[in-house]
Amino acid sequence: MLSKRLIVCLDVREGKLAKSIKFVDTKDIGDPVLKARQYYMDGADELVFYDINASRANRDITLKFVEAVAAQIFIPFSVGGGIRSIEDATKLRLAGAEKVNVNSAAVKRKELISEISGAIGAQSTVLSMDVKKTTKTREIPSGYEIVINDGTHMTGMDAIDWAKIGEKLGAGELVVNSIDADGTKDGYELTLTRMIADSVGIPVIASGGAGKPEHLYEAFAIGHADAALVASIVHYGEYTCRQLKDYLHSRGIKVRMKF
Amino acid sequence: MLAIIDYGAGNIGSVQRACVETGIQSVITPDPADLKKAQRIIFPGVGAAPTAMENLKRTGLGEAIKQAFAAGTPILGICLGAQVVLDRSEEGDTPCLGLIAGTTVRFKLQDKSLKIPHIGWNSVKVLQQHPLLADIDKEDEFYFVHSYYPQPAKPENMFAVSDYGGEFCCAVGNKNYFAVQFHPEKSGRFGLEMLQRFARWDGSVPAKSGAKGK
Repeated sequence: MLSKRLIVCLDVREGKLAKSIKFVDTKDIGDPVLKARQYYMDGADELVFYDINASRANRDITLKFVEAVAAQIFIPFSVGGGIRSIEDATKLRLAGAEKVNVNSAAVKRKELISEISGAIGAQSTVLSMDVKKTTKTREIPSGYEIVINDGTHMTGMDAIDWAKIGEKLGAGELVVNSIDADGTKDGYELTLTRMIADSVGIPVIASGGAGKPEHLYEAFAIGHADAALVASIVHYGEYTCRQLKDYLHSRGIKVRMKF
Repeated sequence: MLAIIDYGAGNIGSVQRACVETGIQSVITPDPADLKKAQRIIFPGVGAAPTAMENLKRTGLGEAIKQAFAAGTPILGICLGAQVVLDRSEEGDTPCLGLIAGTTVRFKLQDKSLKIPHIGWNSVKVLQQHPLLADIDKEDEFYFVHSYYPQPAKPENMFAVSDYGGEFCCAVGNKNYFAVQFHPEKSGRFGLEMLQRFARWDGSVPAKSGAKGK
């Protein structure tokens, strides 16, 4: 049986760990490669790197960074941030990223999803969506709206519709990131996660809000997620990946226990 | 020399990096002539069968793989390398290399809550012992990402299964050809160990010890 996945998310800027996780351990400052290796050894099933300051100018730095990570970890990892073309996606794949994540750029130009999916395959094309709860309207029947540019710009698009469109255009996975839950440590947005997971035929990754092991359990058992994304809960040393998996295993969730 | 075949199908670099990690010397090559000289060959690939077969034909690599197989060179197929060695693939109804009798088929899942592609970590049940499957325990998991899988016509070519809404074949073999549907290069420690076993494999398969128990 397929295991539920634990995915660790690292924010990077110009090849260095971004501030949010910079203070974990003094000797790790600025070295996301070391951190990635540590999570790999600790049983993370997958890693995702968000290049939070991606631009044309620092693209080469990002590629070098991806190559360095790929030489150190032997589990899948994806890279997101600033991917706007087939060329961007192909270069990241060749540098060693298993998957690429598109977000705002795909909302602005939908064809980006089908272009990338056509070039590197649906299995390597991940659509990340930032979602905010809103009032139910005719345009937003689910009451969940897609936002872009780090949550600053409402798009008027219904999250469930967008998930279905993304699947149709060739996304192989969806990251459902709740802007409301993000950073609260109060748990994932379970209603949203479940609505999307039940509406599409591709795997859904719950993101935003993990603060304790129970939250991961809920994401799988209640939210119907295929994978759960964690960040600060492991970056600040509160829990190791192994501890999170031990907990999930004890609650009857199938996770990869030998690594 | 271990040759990793480059025919424009996906993440060749990841395979080589995994070789580096395990101390295996390898070269990436798009040249059919190199396959003749190679002591071992890895035939990786992700993507669609029709495109892959087209590239293999155009470059002459398909013919070179057949010759290397006939010459007894140990070959390890990964993912697409486990699919296009059968007679044909349902994906685009594509005629394939035919080194193993059978067809590559798409998942047909009764359970509609199961997603396609099958992406993630899954355990592997060994049906027949093989040097490359030695020491694999039923709790060891490997990384899969695929919508199609190889279905050999004869049980003797089927070495392991995995379970996704029912059992499906995830390891096929015929003499000096062995291939897995999962990605050893992305499967952590157990995947790297499989690559190490391949680097030592002489291409022979010991006489059948019969089907292995659960």
